[in-house]
Order: sequence, then structure tokens, then C-alpha cells
Amino acid sequence: MSDLIFKNYLWLAAIPLLPFCGFLFNGIVGSRLPKGVVTTVALLAPLLSFALVVRDAIALYGGGPAFPSPYVETCPFPWISVGALHIDFSFVLDQLSLVMLLVVTGVGFLIHIYSVGYMAHEEGYARYFSFLNLFLFFMTVLVLAGNVLLMFVGWEGVGLASYLLIGFYFQRKSAVDAGKKAFIVNRIGDFGFLIGIFLLLGNFGTLTFSQIASKLAANPAWQGGILTAICLCLLFGATGKSAQLPLYIWLPDAMEGPTPVSALIHAATMVTAGVYMIARTHVLFDHAPFALGVVALVGAATALFAATIGLVQNDIKRVLAYSTISQLGYMFLGCGVAAYSAAIFHLVTHAFFKALLFLAAGSVIHAIGGEQDLRKMGGLRTKLPVTFWTMTIAVFTIAGFPPLAAFFSKDAILYAAFLQGTYGKCLWFIGLVTALLTSLYMFRLWYLTFLGEPRTKDAHPHESPWSMRAPLVILGLLSICGGWIGLEHFGVFLAPAAGALHLETKIPHLELYLSIAAVLVALEGWLIADKYYRRKTERPAQLAAAVPTGYKLLANKYYVDEIYGAAIVKPLLAVSKYLLGWVVDTAILGGLAWLLAGIASLAGMILQRWQSGNLRSYAAWLALGAAVVLLFVLLHGSSFDFAVAVRH
Amino acid sequence: MSFLQNDVPLSWYLLLSAALFALGIVGFLIKRNLITVFMSIELMLNAVNLSFVTFACQWNAVKGQIFVFFVMMVAAAEAAVGLAIIIAVFRVRATLSVDRIDLMKL
Repeated sequence: MSDLIFKNYLWLAAIPLLPFCGFLFNGIVGSRLPKGVVTTVALLAPLLSFALVVRDAIALYGGGPAFPSPYVETCPFPWISVGALHIDFSFVLDQLSLVMLLVVTGVGFLIHIYSVGYMAHEEGYARYFSFLNLFLFFMTVLVLAGNVLLMFVGWEGVGLASYLLIGFYFQRKSAVDAGKKAFIVNRIGDFGFLIGIFLLLGNFGTLTFSQIASKLAANPAWQGGILTAICLCLLFGATGKSAQLPLYIWLPDAMEGPTPVSALIHAATMVTAGVYMIARTHVLFDHAPFALGVVALVGAATALFAATIGLVQNDIKRVLAYSTISQLGYMFLGCGVAAYSAAIFHLVTHAFFKALLFLAAGSVIHAIGGEQDLRKMGGLRTKLPVTFWTMTIAVFTIAGFPPLAAFFSKDAILYAAFLQGTYGKCLWFIGLVTALLTSLYMFRLWYLTFLGEPRTKDAHPHESPWSMRAPLVILGLLSICGGWIGLEHFGVFLAPAAGALHLETKIPHLELYLSIAAVLVALEGWLIADKYYRRKTERPAQLAAAVPTGYKLLANKYYVDEIYGAAIVKPLLAVSKYLLGWVVDTAILGGLAWLLAGIASLAGMILQRWQSGNLRSYAAWLALGAAVVLLFVLLHGSSFDFAVAVRH
Repeated sequence: MSFLQNDVPLSWYLLLSAALFALGIVGFLIKRNLITVFMSIELMLNAVNLSFVTFACQWNAVKGQIFVFFVMMVAAAEAAVGLAIIIAVFRVRATLSVDRIDLMKL
């Protein structure tokens, strides 16, 4: 019996529901249970989900019993059924969602393990893990969703989990503010996403991905117009969630959360939801070339922009945050040149090496007692050998050295960009400059953290427990081998779900030349960092003094927060306070309320004279009223048919 | 009905009913003694009963007479409750003048 059930179904719904059960359990009773129980439940949920995903992957694509691909599982009762609109709870497992699920549950599980060590001595241990499980629930819903609306549910849900975890240390005002900032900025993006959903519904009459795709396939000539509008709205939503220009500002502040959260939500999985969404709806973007161009432009601009800021940040986690924004820009660039599988490829490798970077940074912070300032680190190489070596792998990976993972994925995107039509070479050049900057700021971080002399004397760094080291090592291995599958195979595998790659060129060995250029650039970045942060450590300060304006501009992150504050937040607050608060609320609404209350109390003052307590006066009024009614009936008797009433 | 088939016309019965009702109202309004007020109410009820019976005969319908039984029933219940209240009020206030039973005044 159980054999039959397991052979005929993939149990997709269990993938999100397991972490949800973990969330309910730890959220409701976790704080009253011993840590061991909390840990077991919290780790079991993602582990079982991951096991289920692996099983489904083998069942679907491992040559086992034939399941249709994409495999759809629909809840037997409908979700929304109004008129012609029919929306189901449906989960879809295809190549795209499978890759994403493997990353989400796999990396998610590793980070859960890491958290056991990292959060061991923190208050709110059960709360932390229940939120982490909640995040996995919503993220898997987002990934598995078979229609845009269900995806939106997951989309909002991961935003909620992100908000809760950024503000995990809610006693600290900066953490609470960062949580609110993330939530509000994401809401702005979600507004665009919602408009996109409404436009989709209005023009397609359906929100199911497969039906949208088949409608577009039936009309190959349908280009631009409303599709461009839809895609731009979706892109706006994606810029919010994936921290792209102009809505990236929440991500650096989101580093207020615990470091494993930064690794899981704000580096590896949630922030890549925008990339996933674009890849998921890529048929729409394929029919809207203008929107696709905007995607590429946003990606390239963000990649360069964030990388320049990353150069001068001194908080280790903020450097990584800007690096994340920059790498997400690469993925958008990949999407924008219609190389969706290249973007997803980079998404996967980025999940490995960026999670590793954050976890290693967390290990460093943990080791030296919560210090995050790069200027106070240094010389940790011998004290934290495992952390040092895994971090080294990650740094070389993100810089793009072969044969590490990001070398393959980043090159795939740059290569696809180079081949893209008219402005492709320009995009490629921006990508290359970004690669140089990436290499530079990552090696700067590496030198400042691990090499040289310790800059804080009284610290006694200690290597982290095994629960933190094991994920580092596993992610280190993944960062090394994650790219070996190569774009060729990966693209072919993803093609049914994410569109085929078109990378034809007449120039022989072009990919090789571009790869050599990228590696040279990465090497150059390393050499500059070596010179500035090892051999001539006084140079950065001199340089900053030489171009004070430029340095200030970068150190203050181009004053974007200040500009948004002055241009949007302040006017908005002023309008809220003065126009809405004083004029509308106090004067108009309050005035109306006072007016109504005044009328009522005036009427009360007049009418209370009737309440004399004198029974006979009441009776007199009663009789008078009855007389008036009778008189009225007698005078207008024709309109009342008494005869009929009496007879029946 | 035989007595109606005599020479007494319908209007006389109605006039009698109206006169009794008016007496009830006047008594209710001008008397101060709570028991008298209560009796005035009974008077009004019975005036209405008279109208009911009259019309029942006039239209040869039994419904009106049934109504009268209901009214009597309610009046009996009301008398029981009402007199009990009056006794309770008298015990507390030591008066039956409605003008002095004015605790409900603002």
C-alpha cells in the first residue's frame, strides 16, 4: 500500500508543509522545551524536505518510473473560483523549480546546522528556528507555485520571514528599523508585482504559468505593448525582492539580523527570488524585448554600482551585502540577455559561495566576540584555520578563478552578454569592470581579516564548534565543484523550463578569449589588493586623502539613502503629518466627528426634559402620540385597507 | 346573535366602548393613586374587549372573541404582576402617589 502511494505520487505538498510543521511546533511550544528537542525538530524539517526533493529529482529525471515533466500536483479543491477566473493551489516540479528547490532546501539545511552552533547561547533560540522554518515554508511555496498568485503568496511570506529575522534582536533599535525598512521597500516592489498580476489577469484571463505560456505560443506575433508593461511591473517587483537599483537600499541594512540569516535569506535564497521569477515568466520577457533590455541595464548598472560601494565599506557583513547586490546584478544581466539558464547557473553557484562567505564571516565574528569592523581584525589565519581555508576558497571563487564554481557561471553570463545584439559588448565591458572590482574588494576583505598582524590585542579568537565548521567545509567543496557541470549541460537540462540558450558566434574560440580576459582581470584585482593591503598598507589612506570627494561619495554609498530620505521619505512624512494628519484627520474627520457628537449631545440636552420621571406626564405623551397616530389614520384612511384586514 | 338582531345598533356598542376607553385614559392621566391608575388601565383593556366582541358579532367571526380571551389572560397576569409591584413600591416608598415615585428622573 505504502509502496503504491510512494510510487505514484511525488508528494510535492509535503516539501513546504514539513518546515511549516516545524514552524508551528517550535513557534507554539518550542520555548518551553529543552534545546535538544527544538534543535531536532528544526533540523529534521529541512532535512526531510531536502530528502524528498532529492527523491523527486531521481524519480522525475533519474530514468526511474516515468512521471510527466513538468509534474503538476493540484489540490483537489479550488482556491479561488469566480466567474471565468479559476485559481488552484497547484505545485509544479520542473527542471527550474527542481534546481531552485535543491538549492533552497540543501543550503537551507546546511545553514540550519550552522545556526545550531552560532545561536547556541542566544535568547530566543526556539523563536529563531521557528522563523527559519517558516522562511523555508514560504520559499518552497514560492518556488513550487504553479501560478503567479500562489507565487505571490510565497513572495510575501518570505518577505515576512525576512522582516522577522532581520528584527530578531528586537531590543536593538537599529535592527527593528532595518526590519521595517526591508519590509517597506519590499512592499513598494510588491506593488509593482501586484499591478503586473492584475495586468496579466486582465489580458490573459489566467494566472497559471503553463496557460500563459501556451497563450503566448499561440500568438507568436504578439510583441511589446501591454506585455512590455506587464514585464516592467514584474521587473519592479523583482528589483525590490532581489535588491536591485532602485530598491536595493534595504539589503545592506538587513545585515542587522543574525549572520546565518544573512547567509540564507539575504544572500543564497530569498534575494534570488526575483531572478527566479523572471526565469519562471521568461516567455513573457521573450515577447517584450524592451523590458528585457531594461532588465539587462538594471542588472549591469547595479552590479557596477554596488561593487564600487563595496570597495570602501569597513563592516565585513556590509562588504558582503554589497557584493551580493552586485552578484544579483550579474544574474539580472544574464536574464536581460535572455540567457536565463546562465543566470540560474550563477544563482546556484552564488548560493554556494555567498552562503559560504557569510557563514565564514559569521564564524569570524563569532570567534572574536561580535566584532564586525574589518579594521579591528587581521592575523586570524592561524587562529581560525578552517574558517580561513574555506573563506579562501570562497574568495577565490567569487573572484572568478578557474576551476572554481563562479568562474564557469560568471563567464557564462559575460559570454552571453557579449553575444547579445547591439549593446551586448557594452554590457560585457561593465561586467568585466565589475569583475575587477569584485576581485579587488574581496581580496581586500581577505587581507584585512586573515593576514597581517592582529589589530586588536586583547581578543582571544577561538575556532567555532563542529556544527559551524561542517557546513563551511561542505559549502567549500560545493563552491569548488559546483560549476563543473558546465553551462553546456546545465543549459540543456534547464532548456524545457527556462528557455534554450542561443549562443552562436562566428568568431572561433571566442569563449576561451573572454574567459582569459576575465581571469586576467581577477588576477589584476588580486594584485592591486595585495599591493594596497599587504605590501603598502598606508596607500589606501593616501588615496582617500588624494581624492576626498570620490572617497566620501563611496563611503557614504553615493548618498542614496540621504537622497531617498530627502526626496521621498521626508515629503511623504510631511504630507502624512500635515496634510493627512492635521488637515484631513484632525480638521475634516475630527471636525465631522465633533459636529456629529455636538448634534447628538444638543439633541440629548433638549430631549432629556421629557425624562421627568413623572409617570403621568409619560402617560399624557403616550396618549397624545396615540391620538396623533389615530388622527393621521382617520384623515388618510383611504391608504389603509382596514376592511381587508378585518375580514381575513 | 340575538341581542344584536334587536334594535340596539352597532354604533351604540362602539360609543359605549369609546366612552369607557376615554374614561380609562382620563383616569390614567389625572389620578395620582397608583391603584386607581392601574384600574384605569383595566378599564381601557375592557373597553377594547367590548369593541372586539361587537365586531365579532357584526362580522360573524369568532376571531374577535378569541382575542378577548387572550386580552383577559394577559390582563390577569398583568394584574398579578402589577399588584405585586405596587406592594413592593409601597413597602419601599411608603406612598402610592405616582408623582412621588420619580426615581427614574435624570
